[in-house]
Amino acid sequence: MSTSNLVYMANQIGKFFVSEDRDTAVDGIAEHLRLFWDPRMRSEIVAHLRAGGEGLDPPVRAAVARLS
Amino acid sequence: MSLVHEIDYGTPRIDSATTVTLTIDGRAVTVPEGTSVMRAAMEMGTEIPKLCSTDMLDSFGSCRLCLVEIEGRNGTPSSCTTPVAEGMAVKTQTDRLKRLRRGVMELYISDHPLDCLTCAANGDCELQTQAGAVGLRDVRYGYDNKHPAPPKDESNPYFTYDPEKCIVCSRCVRACEEVQGTFALTIAGRGFGSVVSAGMAEEFLASECVSCGACVQACPTATLTEKSIIDIGQPEHSVVTTCAYCGVGCAFKAEMRGDEVVRMVPYKDGKANRGHSCVKGRFAWGYTNHGDRILNPMIRERISDPWREVSWDEAIGRVASEFKRIQGAYGRGAIGGITSSRCTNEETFLVQKLVRAGFGNNNVDTCARVCHSPTGYGLKTTFGTSAGTQDFDSVEHTDVVVVIGANPTDGHPVFASRMKKRLRDGAKLIVVDPRRIDLVRMPHVEADYHLALKPGTNVAVLDAMAHVIVTEGLFDEAFVRERCDWDEFQEWAAFVADPRNSPEEVETVCGVPAETIRGAARLYATGGNAAIYYGLGVTEHSQGSTTVMAVANLAMATGNIGRPGVGVNPLRGQNNVQGACDMGSFPHELPGYRHISEDATRTIFESLWGAPLDREPGLRIPNMLDAAVEGSFRGLYIQGEDILQSDPNTHHVAAGLAAMECVVVQDLFLNETANYAHVFLPGSTFLEKDGTFTNAERRIQPVRKVMESRSGMEDWQITMAIANAMGFPMTYDHPSEIMDEVAALTPSFAGVSFDKLDRLGSIQWPCDEAAPEGTPVMHIDGFVRGKGRFVITEYIPTDERTGPRFPLLLTTGRILSQYNVGAQTRRTANAAWHQEDRLEIHPHDAEQRGIVEGDWVKLASRTGETTLRATLTERVAPGVVYTTFHHPDTQANVVTTEFSDWATNCPEYKVTAVQVAPSNGPSDWQREYEAQARASRRIAPVAEPAE
Repeated sequence: MSTSNLVYMANQIGKFFVSEDRDTAVDGIAEHLRLFWDPRMRSEIVAHLRAGGEGLDPPVRAAVARLS
Repeated sequence: MSLVHEIDYGTPRIDSATTVTLTIDGRAVTVPEGTSVMRAAMEMGTEIPKLCSTDMLDSFGSCRLCLVEIEGRNGTPSSCTTPVAEGMAVKTQTDRLKRLRRGVMELYISDHPLDCLTCAANGDCELQTQAGAVGLRDVRYGYDNKHPAPPKDESNPYFTYDPEKCIVCSRCVRACEEVQGTFALTIAGRGFGSVVSAGMAEEFLASECVSCGACVQACPTATLTEKSIIDIGQPEHSVVTTCAYCGVGCAFKAEMRGDEVVRMVPYKDGKANRGHSCVKGRFAWGYTNHGDRILNPMIRERISDPWREVSWDEAIGRVASEFKRIQGAYGRGAIGGITSSRCTNEETFLVQKLVRAGFGNNNVDTCARVCHSPTGYGLKTTFGTSAGTQDFDSVEHTDVVVVIGANPTDGHPVFASRMKKRLRDGAKLIVVDPRRIDLVRMPHVEADYHLALKPGTNVAVLDAMAHVIVTEGLFDEAFVRERCDWDEFQEWAAFVADPRNSPEEVETVCGVPAETIRGAARLYATGGNAAIYYGLGVTEHSQGSTTVMAVANLAMATGNIGRPGVGVNPLRGQNNVQGACDMGSFPHELPGYRHISEDATRTIFESLWGAPLDREPGLRIPNMLDAAVEGSFRGLYIQGEDILQSDPNTHHVAAGLAAMECVVVQDLFLNETANYAHVFLPGSTFLEKDGTFTNAERRIQPVRKVMESRSGMEDWQITMAIANAMGFPMTYDHPSEIMDEVAALTPSFAGVSFDKLDRLGSIQWPCDEAAPEGTPVMHIDGFVRGKGRFVITEYIPTDERTGPRFPLLLTTGRILSQYNVGAQTRRTANAAWHQEDRLEIHPHDAEQRGIVEGDWVKLASRTGETTLRATLTERVAPGVVYTTFHHPDTQANVVTTEFSDWATNCPEYKVTAVQVAPSNGPSDWQREYEAQARASRRIAPVAEPAE
């Protein structure tokens, strides 16, 4: 999988929650990733976070951290 | 088997709670008030002679054949135009009536050719039948004084118009007006010079006729006749089945002679189409016998090799061995499958079962990924179920029709005709669309508001409408308090009320004047029953799911949910989009929209299927292609889809397919995706198999086999064979057994069976103990999820932006005569209307670029470029261009990008930044693609057996 593509997709999910408070946003993003992303996609985004998480927006970083 | 004869009651059914009792020929009959005498007579079994009346049309009273006598009244009124009255006493047969009718018939026949034995309508001619009914034995005026008629018009590929046989009953003209709503026909001239005229005395093909065939169906003689009837003769039996084109789901009688289809006639009892059809469903079935059909399985080692025809056993064996090898080498998740919205419920159910239980993963997806997946997400989130809320009949109770991002007259023409009828009867219309679609202004229909927004700004506009509704106090507080979560409503109301969502602010983003948005919002909220109908112009955006939820928010806020006439109605693109989604085709959901991670649900399936199921969601189509390029996904079974032509960024799709080690395509033709396939399994058309389709109104309808499968295996049998070869047993003898399994596993289908479908004709799910005959309107007493959920829908502009290099916005769609990738319709005479994809461009944009009508132009985006010819039109606004995607030699999706909906990855087909420039003809890429496709379709000659 293209990591940059996964980062883009994750941030796009994050933007949907832009009007929510941070906790709601992080919950919503993490839940969406759990419900709709194939495990290999989740593994790669988690690995990317562990490698520094370049490009991930702040609430998305928090959500991805919950997956690991 | 015999022909299915539907009773013609002469005039339409009247819905009235008040009844009237009268006597006809001495017998009492009770009918609804307002019913015609003709219909009342037919209700009790007496057929009054008639020519100009038929129950699809309002009474006209011109033929003077249906005369009756009424006690206490003077004269002999026509029974079709005379309403019943309490105590009325009618006589349908007296000496005077007999004389009058014979006299009328004499006049008709005196000016009608007497070539009955060689006439195409012989055996199905109402004039002939009525001449017999009135006992015509002679014509006192002679037979040799026929008035000259204009020449026969054979321009339409599907029917002929022979004025010589016309009796000027006006049924065709009225069918075009009342049933189709196109107003293409009229009666020109006077007296004996009266003739049916298409447009301004044009040939049918050149006129605005849309070739729906309603006129042909209405014609009582051979004046308008299907060419297939002329070629073949009259049918001898018929089978009721369901159209395989769009999501309207028209019921048809397939009228047959032996195993040859003679014609398709819309079925009056069809609850989706009520006896109407379009040019595709009625006429474009010739692809079934097209020479391009592949009828034998084929395999090849490499995609550069020619195909080799093999036995079914060898082909299935190759699929199973390759898929097992790939899983052994790369892991269980290295293969997957794609179901098709063109296939039956039973077939899609089996493919997802094969993937989940046979492959042992959840890598199954469907073409709804690229059309209505946001509908599934958005409506499930807000209402609790992934489906439209109404039946099509609902529109008859609608006061305000809102059409968002849909073009029903092209995409869903039969429903559009019903919608237009309601609009002609006085309903108001709001159109939200960047293009000036036909509904904006056409004969006897004109939108009250057209919000010609900039592509990609749907959410901003809907939020602005909500702003008006909330800030002006137009919401239905009682409904919201009772039916929705009040706290969530208040949060949402505060959000939309924010000044940034006001029409005045949004105008700068979307280009729609604030007052237009305000007017539309007020009309929607206060105009009575308001119903939203939407299409892919809503879903195919980076905010597709957000837009669906914004639509749901509006409906809930105004209380426009839970009764006839209102609702949220996604117009599904293909015949079985709804069904394919219902059947668990998405990687995260089991049939009935239950998440794969729900342990209790999964256990039910595991128990019945005898196999463990993975609790994790699988890959979506774009994820499969990404994973293929990356190397972790190596094998794909594609039933009835052409992802190379239909999915965005063709280059990327091609790269993904080329990276796989085993691509299996099951289709009617060697489609574009098959260029990258290693195994080809020949599929069957909807005429060659049994099953069910589910249309846009959740209506499950039977698909009935009218001829044997030309390839020898029906599609569900092919999937079953693959499953068995892979060691996962499937043992169905008939698709009805598959539906029984669906019913056993899926609560919303619990009461569905083929027997019940035979009995009722169709069923709208949910169908269970509480609703044993189905559910026409959903959410009547409460939402499926309990309380309706308001969702905050912040407008986020798409990342696809115009700029100096790509200053125009491209949006794509489909046209009336063609269907999606065109695999079927391109192989019919529908090509007469649309032989190539064209680029619609506004004259101002064209002039700036030196482009004139018909010029070849290069259409380029950040993703790729193609060439096609230009059509200058003001249907598109300056700055916006539009094209269709029906032709592989254009490949519009070479240009579209991979931007997609945030929630579902539904591609953003509706917004691509492009540049348009004059061109000399097809691009290098198009030439290379054409050569590659031709080479890929080579089939090696079958070796002669040794002596």
